[in-house]
Amino acid sequence: MGVATYIKDEKDAIKEVILQSGIKVKPVYTPDDLERIGFDYKKDLGDTGEFPFTRSIHPQGFRSRNWTTRQYTGFGTPEETNERFKLMISHGQTGLNVAFDLPTQMGYDSDDEMSEGEVGRVGMAIDSLRDFEIAFKDIQLNRIGSGLTINAVASIMLAMYQSVAEGFGYNKTEISATPQNDILKEIVGRGAWIYPVEPAVRLIGDTIEYAMKELPRCNPVSVCGYHIRESGCTPAQEISYAFMIAFAYIDNVVARGYKAEDFVGRFSFNLNIFGNLWETVAKFRSARKLWAKLLRERYGVQNKKALFLRGIFGGGGSGMTKQQPENNIMRGAYYALAAALSGAQTTALCSFDEAYTIPTERAALLSLRTFQILMDEIGLRDTVDPLAGSYFMETLTKEMEEKILEEMEKVEKMGGMVEAVASGYVQGEVGRQAYEFERKLQSGEITKVGVNEYTEGVDMEVELHEYNDESAQLQIERLKELKKERDNRAVSESLKALEQAAKEKKNVMPYLVTCCKSYATVGEMANVFRDVFGEYREPSIF
Amino acid sequence: MAKRKIRVLLAKPGLDGHDRGAKVIAHAMREAGMEIIYTGLHQTVASIVNQAVQEDVDVIGLSIMSGAHIPICKKLMGMVKEQGVDNKLVVVGGVIPNKDMPVLKEIGVRGIFPGGSYFNEIVEFIEGNVPGR
Repeated sequence: MGVATYIKDEKDAIKEVILQSGIKVKPVYTPDDLERIGFDYKKDLGDTGEFPFTRSIHPQGFRSRNWTTRQYTGFGTPEETNERFKLMISHGQTGLNVAFDLPTQMGYDSDDEMSEGEVGRVGMAIDSLRDFEIAFKDIQLNRIGSGLTINAVASIMLAMYQSVAEGFGYNKTEISATPQNDILKEIVGRGAWIYPVEPAVRLIGDTIEYAMKELPRCNPVSVCGYHIRESGCTPAQEISYAFMIAFAYIDNVVARGYKAEDFVGRFSFNLNIFGNLWETVAKFRSARKLWAKLLRERYGVQNKKALFLRGIFGGGGSGMTKQQPENNIMRGAYYALAAALSGAQTTALCSFDEAYTIPTERAALLSLRTFQILMDEIGLRDTVDPLAGSYFMETLTKEMEEKILEEMEKVEKMGGMVEAVASGYVQGEVGRQAYEFERKLQSGEITKVGVNEYTEGVDMEVELHEYNDESAQLQIERLKELKKERDNRAVSESLKALEQAAKEKKNVMPYLVTCCKSYATVGEMANVFRDVFGEYREPSIF
Repeated sequence: MAKRKIRVLLAKPGLDGHDRGAKVIAHAMREAGMEIIYTGLHQTVASIVNQAVQEDVDVIGLSIMSGAHIPICKKLMGMVKEQGVDNKLVVVGGVIPNKDMPVLKEIGVRGIFPGGSYFNEIVEFIEGNVPGR
């Protein structure tokens, strides 16, 4: 995946280029192509910062605001993570992108049997508010925004974030958190699900409703085409599935009697960059346009800001290779270039060593420097949407738009994304694409440098981020202490109230905040939901 | 008499949810004529061993991306011994650094296939090493 299919003759001349989304690229584009697609500047592009926002959501693009860089960070204990946060901020990083370990993501405490061997491994371990107090110590939560990579228990973590900020003396109206909070993509592609689809989507509705009223600067959901693309789908499918997922969440909140207009402006997207440069840029340009148009058509959204497709456009891990890992530094630079040409508001890169390990300090810094070189040295902030008007780019943008709509139509026919996921259709489609790509890679139909071509020479051993068993033990000890020291009556009362709210299908967010502030653990809160909602079962697609 | 198809239990142990690799390999093994039983995500080692016994498989294939391959494999090899089914061929795929390969071999994992391994390499290894053939 990621690279186009090239059909060549015996002299190595390219006869045909087929992008992954199924679009054929011509050798030359002329004004005739613009005529063929009926290109109309006002209708198809609009001025920068104007509907349909194909060019940019801000009139001045990167001139008025540089992008936010948010490398994925977190490991071991909250202390270790706090140190790395501060290091990245001191080097010029402008937002946080918090990695949680798998037990936390799956709603298990560090001392749970299921957590064995995983505490602090792929992110930091969070058991209670006490851990958040350590992790975010001395971080200016009114200035630095935090992406929280958490989904099944995102509601708990958003409540935890509010609780830690209030404990530090910030007002909840000034903090900015972006929990990932996209359970449908977990079911399709990332696998960190707990609850059945229906209550899981309702929990997302709860966070959106709550944020609309109480946390005006938080983005309660970050819809992730990213992981579905990582799992194998095409760029066009990535956008279409992300939009269909977003509609499922919007519908849940609209059904509560709200207008999409009042909350959809806080939605953000997490989208993927790797592979063909042109297809990537066209994907983002057409996505911005379609999102604005569809919100108007489906939900009657008029407020300009609510129509913005905002988000993090990040370099994809599946473009990176284990072989010749230093090549990933170059790949990352080109993904960052694609992000800049696409007008990303926020960006991140997988570090060059991520095919082996969670990023080492050196690798994370190299990614950050990559962004800085682009923006501060080679001129990517100079002008907005520099590829606009190119015969090729405008034609491709239009063709991508058509492909995305085609894929949306298929899901629509099934009754929407909840149904398409419940039946296993999307998972099957994504799996099929992943296999096809791998087969083409292994047969040499697709070239991957250092993997199936140009394999001689420069292999290296990467330095590994070592898993520290002592940190895990420390975390478990701390949890034991907490359970002794806290007011256990307050904890059980708050959990009981949470259970009642979940049973009555009330918005659980205020109850979660009370639980967090009483130092109830993530596992205790998640188990309340397990008891009330049950657990998800995967449909068999084999 | 036609040979019985090689039966493979493909398992995702632990909390890691990245199953692209497992699903791609399942597809490739099936194309190669094997019978695949996929456990789905979030399996405990005990449940994997139980399924391996119940399904009477020849091969247990683990897909692990989180870095926890050593503790998981240790536990699994211990349990297959306890249950007296250590004749099954155990193979592992995923994010496996080179330096961990000898450790896994010592634990008793026979085939190790890090990301980027070729389908035919995996299939040939299994066909050549599956017990009782």
